[in-house]
Amino acid sequence: MGTYLIRRLFWLVPVLFTVSLVTFIIMRSAPGGPWDTSDERRQVDAATARSLAAFYGLDKPIWRQFLGYVIGDTNSQTGKYVCGLVCGNLGPSYRQRGRSVQDILFGAPEGKTFWQSRFGYSLRLGLMALSMAVFIGIPLGIIAALKQNTIADYIALFIATSGISVPSFVLAIFFIIIFAARLHWVNILVDDWTQIRYWFMPMAVLGFGTMAFTARLTRSSMLEVMRQDYVRTARAKGLVERVVVLTHMFRNALIPVITILGPALAGLVTGSFIIETMFSFPGMGRAYVQAIGQRDYSLIMGTTVVYALLIAVANLSVDVFYVFVDPRIRLEE
Amino acid sequence: MTATSQSVAPDNIASLNTISTPSRSLGREAWSRLIRNKASVLGMFIIGFFILLAIFASVIAPKNPLELNGGKRFLPPPFDAGATNIKSEPEFLLGTDSLGRDVLSRVIYGSRVSMVVGFLPTMIILLVGTTVGMAAGYLGGKMDNLLMRVTDVVYAFPDLLFFIIVMVALRDTFIGKMMNGLVLLFAALAIVNWVGVARLVRGQVLSLKQKEFVEAAHCIGATDFRIMTKHILPNSLGPLIVSVAFQIPGLIIYEAILGYLGVGLRPATDSSSFFITSWGTLMLDGQSAINSQPYLLLAPALCVALVVMAFTFLGDGLRDALDPRMRGTQ
Repeated sequence: MGTYLIRRLFWLVPVLFTVSLVTFIIMRSAPGGPWDTSDERRQVDAATARSLAAFYGLDKPIWRQFLGYVIGDTNSQTGKYVCGLVCGNLGPSYRQRGRSVQDILFGAPEGKTFWQSRFGYSLRLGLMALSMAVFIGIPLGIIAALKQNTIADYIALFIATSGISVPSFVLAIFFIIIFAARLHWVNILVDDWTQIRYWFMPMAVLGFGTMAFTARLTRSSMLEVMRQDYVRTARAKGLVERVVVLTHMFRNALIPVITILGPALAGLVTGSFIIETMFSFPGMGRAYVQAIGQRDYSLIMGTTVVYALLIAVANLSVDVFYVFVDPRIRLEE
Repeated sequence: MTATSQSVAPDNIASLNTISTPSRSLGREAWSRLIRNKASVLGMFIIGFFILLAIFASVIAPKNPLELNGGKRFLPPPFDAGATNIKSEPEFLLGTDSLGRDVLSRVIYGSRVSMVVGFLPTMIILLVGTTVGMAAGYLGGKMDNLLMRVTDVVYAFPDLLFFIIVMVALRDTFIGKMMNGLVLLFAALAIVNWVGVARLVRGQVLSLKQKEFVEAAHCIGATDFRIMTKHILPNSLGPLIVSVAFQIPGLIIYEAILGYLGVGLRPATDSSSFFITSWGTLMLDGQSAINSQPYLLLAPALCVALVVMAFTFLGDGLRDALDPRMRGTQ
């Protein structure tokens, strides 16, 4: 187990290295420099462009730029060594002068906690959406399985199927048009996100798909467990139905559900950028979409690496989780 | 080989010939199960409808999708005229957009991009994925190792982010301008998605390789190529078809998201172009006019939801039909 975990953790290194290399190559193959494309309002003259390139180290050979991004390089002006990605330094933003990428993503405003940073906002929204998925999705799946082929089952299946097949941003469009533009029940142009009631809409939209998936998974997992011999044995022993359902079926049926929670949270945190943009939510995803619009290459790259790390760790968590919750599984050494 | 012939009790052998149904191929068996599934049939009808819409857009669309009507901006649709102060006109069934173009016609033309994005990259993905997956699974060794390492990296890369990066960075290059940016989009979608197919096929091949019928084929002297194409491939088709049915709506959603972010298809301005606009691009237009003309946003969103739902129904039905043992458990 220990060796396996360490080996998997080491495997993260080449994966992240490749992700940053691919991103770097694609970003650098874009025609033009980062400040002269698609920004007609403020064309930079040649001398300024040269000094900007020197400031950001873009005048160095391409391989050195990449190594500088990953490992670090000496600053051409001060001559001091600046550590790169390996120290968590994602480099300076090309558009927001004087701010580094990690500061934009993880830095909280003056006097605020980590939870007020862009990543903190996205994480909180993701956690809320995930708890909604768990606390509604799992009971829904259990009821559907216990009452298979009844009206309750069909309603649960309908919710699950529509939640899986309607993409979250389409759902967001429906919600915004119905509840905000027509019925005026909610306000979607919020600038004060400290009030928790504004969080309800983005949370519901974001969590709906995961909730549906959780419900479907719980249902199918319950149906499978219900046919097992140990459930029949439990019933034959004369156990109360409540005990059979809760301790024999529920605990075993939950195994596949628990294991998807890690990737689900990663998916919710990383997949929220459209929802965040639609609701003008001040999270990491919106920063990413704004960076796309402004062609802020370093911010796009930095966010991609952070997202990739989150997903890789989440995928790793599946395998580890499995071993803890299901003693039948042994990881191959 | 049919399930019905096995279930007949052999006490009256003579009557077996008359009772048992004529033997049918696996494909026909699956098809008859599929068309008994109401949701799948509905899904097939919806998909067929949108395919026809895409092919005959120029005939079906009531208006020219590029025609500007200066004084008729943001007209509400006739059936929902009370929402704003602007008077509707009956010839614009879903109203007009910010330049006075007919929304319904634009949505109809938009189906072309979604249908092509759903099917064309899928062909490339299938071709490349199946070839690599079969080779890796059957030959094993270095090839197999390489494939698995490539998959690990691709799986770690968030799909959507990769598409966004490619579309943002290469948009102004030569390839990014071909077919209004669709060629680049296809390439990006195919690069990421072939890996999943390759891995699926590899897994199938690895398990089928151990089966007796492959051994038998070896014994009678069949070549590796023949075993792969005639024995292993047809037997691994079931899961492959199901995965494709679930992959197509994914591609359509990706296109809509990229269009919505403004990095998908470039909307055409000349009428000679086959791909005028896409649902994602329409949603981007609609987002800015959500109060004055919500149908510009609602109509393409509804279309995306319908198509995706149709493919999900079809995919569920196909899975049940091709693997009856899984019925009702998923």
